Amino acid sequence: MSEASWLGIPEPWGPVVVGLAAMILMYLGRGAAHGALRALSAGVQNLFLLAADAVTSTQGRLVQRNREVLLEMGQEATERLIEREFDRVSSTVEQDLSGYPSLHRELCDQVARINDDYRASSEVPPSPPEWVGAVETVAQIPTNGDPIVGRILKDIHRTIASAQKAAIDEYRKSSKERHRLLSRMLPVWRKLQSELGRVDGTIRGLSERSRVIDQQMENYEQIRSRSDGALRMLSASSVSQFVAAGLVLIIALLGGFVNFHLIALPMSEMVGATSYVGPVKTSDIAALVIILTEVAMGVFLMESLRITRLFPVIGTMDDSMRRRMIWVSLGILFTLACVESSLAYMRDLLAVDREALTASLAGVKHVTPELRWIPSIGQMVMGFMLPFALAFAAIPLESFIQSSRIVLGNVLAALLRASAGLLALLGNLSENLGPVLVHTYDFAIVVPLRIEQMLAHRNGSAREGERHNEAY
Amino acid sequence: MRRTKTLGIAAAIVMAAALVGCGESRPQTRAVYVLIDTSGTYSNEISKAQAITNYLLATLQSGDSLGVARIDSASFTEKDIIAKMTFDTRPSRANQQKRAFRVEFERFVKGAGGSAHTDITGGMMQAAEWLSETGAGQKTILIFSDLEEDLREGYIRDFTIDLSEIRVVALNVTKLRSDQIDPREYLVRLGNWQSRVETGGGSWQVVNDLDRLDAILH
Repeated sequence: MSEASWLGIPEPWGPVVVGLAAMILMYLGRGAAHGALRALSAGVQNLFLLAADAVTSTQGRLVQRNREVLLEMGQEATERLIEREFDRVSSTVEQDLSGYPSLHRELCDQVARINDDYRASSEVPPSPPEWVGAVETVAQIPTNGDPIVGRILKDIHRTIASAQKAAIDEYRKSSKERHRLLSRMLPVWRKLQSELGRVDGTIRGLSERSRVIDQQMENYEQIRSRSDGALRMLSASSVSQFVAAGLVLIIALLGGFVNFHLIALPMSEMVGATSYVGPVKTSDIAALVIILTEVAMGVFLMESLRITRLFPVIGTMDDSMRRRMIWVSLGILFTLACVESSLAYMRDLLAVDREALTASLAGVKHVTPELRWIPSIGQMVMGFMLPFALAFAAIPLESFIQSSRIVLGNVLAALLRASAGLLALLGNLSENLGPVLVHTYDFAIVVPLRIEQMLAHRNGSAREGERHNEAY
Repeated sequence: MRRTKTLGIAAAIVMAAALVGCGESRPQTRAVYVLIDTSGTYSNEISKAQAITNYLLATLQSGDSLGVARIDSASFTEKDIIAKMTFDTRPSRANQQKRAFRVEFERFVKGAGGSAHTDITGGMMQAAEWLSETGAGQKTILIFSDLEEDLREGYIRDFTIDLSEIRVVALNVTKLRSDQIDPREYLVRLGNWQSRVETGGGSWQVVNDLDRLDAILH
């Protein structure tokens, strides 16, 4: 393009001519252009609305899936709780009430013994000798001063007195025996009371358990009936579980971080400090592998103890195999804890050696501080304890994984809902896009349109004048 | 069946190669060669060179290399190397090596004598040769000198030295008496060395403030 001409037309008329030509073309093709613009607008609108429908449908399916997962998990958790309560009831019945027949027999024996003792201890008034009446009658015979009669009566009196004394002695003896029997009854009563108290405690415990089971069964029924209340309850529970498990996992991660720094330096003594895998030192990877192995052993241990249920295969193993697995994972964990403890000690030695070297290079005499052994022991203990502490990370890990399914599902559903709303909004906006484009098109050819309008107006006026003249 | 077996073997070889490849060490190590001027005008500064060497011993890690050599009348020889060492991959063994290095260097400091001439170029050539042999990822030559070359008669040193991928750091470049009269001599001297180093493919840096030793290796 030269400066003097524009598309072969001399300046400055080139752009004007082209503009006019374009305007004329646009004016002539106005009808078709309007149709195309409206079709485009409708097409874009349909596209957005279809996309919004698709997203809404996906979101609906996701919500349904979240609901199913939530209810399924809630049902499983409640089943576990009920199962555990029944286990407790079963163990209570086995431990405390399995001896109930013998207890019953014992109680019966004790009651029978008490009954016997009670009967034996009943007070029987001593019966006066039968001849005492005859003696009284004889004693009332007047003596009339007869010394023989007087002597006889004195003998009688003495006999009666001795008989009375013997009776009193007998009475006292029997009373003593009664008291002995009654005092023998006291421990039996106490024992009986204690046995009954124990049975009462067991029964109360069972009653408590049955109330918990009732409560759980009610929850279970609600979950089974797919009620909204159960859904809300489970949803709130999963969010709180997600947050709590996340916090505990962060703590576990920090523990792992401390553990890593405890063993990374001494690991370089074992695998060398100059080997790299990508940008990471091989010794760091080795330290990380040890920590991850500890976590894995912790997961297996918790699975074998049936505390977590991440791997159903382990949970469904027979008891002997499960017990073997518990011992194996515990053994590996213990070995790794010992290894870590020794690595922590080695780290301390290396640190001391490095301090001494740095001091000698700086020309300073290295002095080992007193009580230097305290941090050494502390590091060793930490190295031993942290693997066991990390093993428990399996519990929050399971909760986190399970609850994250729900929480992330809900977040995704919310995002899809927002996307569907946005797409619907764009669809509505593109509905108005057609008229806007048509008006913009018309604005570009406003001059020929105006001329057309004026001509139409003039023609209309001329026709009206003719009609008016014809009327006259 | 045979095809499956072949595929299995191939997959195993690929996996093994990948694992072995992963285990290979990358050239992340550093190698430092310290050249110490022992000519009459500079021999008093040797205590500072000792401080620098101690700093390097404290800073360098397992797998790194350190060499110390003197600049005398004819420096392009292994005889001028005071001590050289590549530190073991085990930190405890590396610490022992550092102690041995320090003892060796102290022995040199006690018995150091001044040389009549100053062959800096020969020392740099020796340094470049040793550094390339270490195969380290980061190579540095530290020159502890006033950079005034004083060659014996008949010695030829006016050629380009190959210093590709080597960083040359001039430390504690002292000003000579003549520099006080005309400071441009000092600047010309530094400029000439910079030009020689950069022509040889290396990079040049001057560090006169020895309180900022951390700038040497970074």
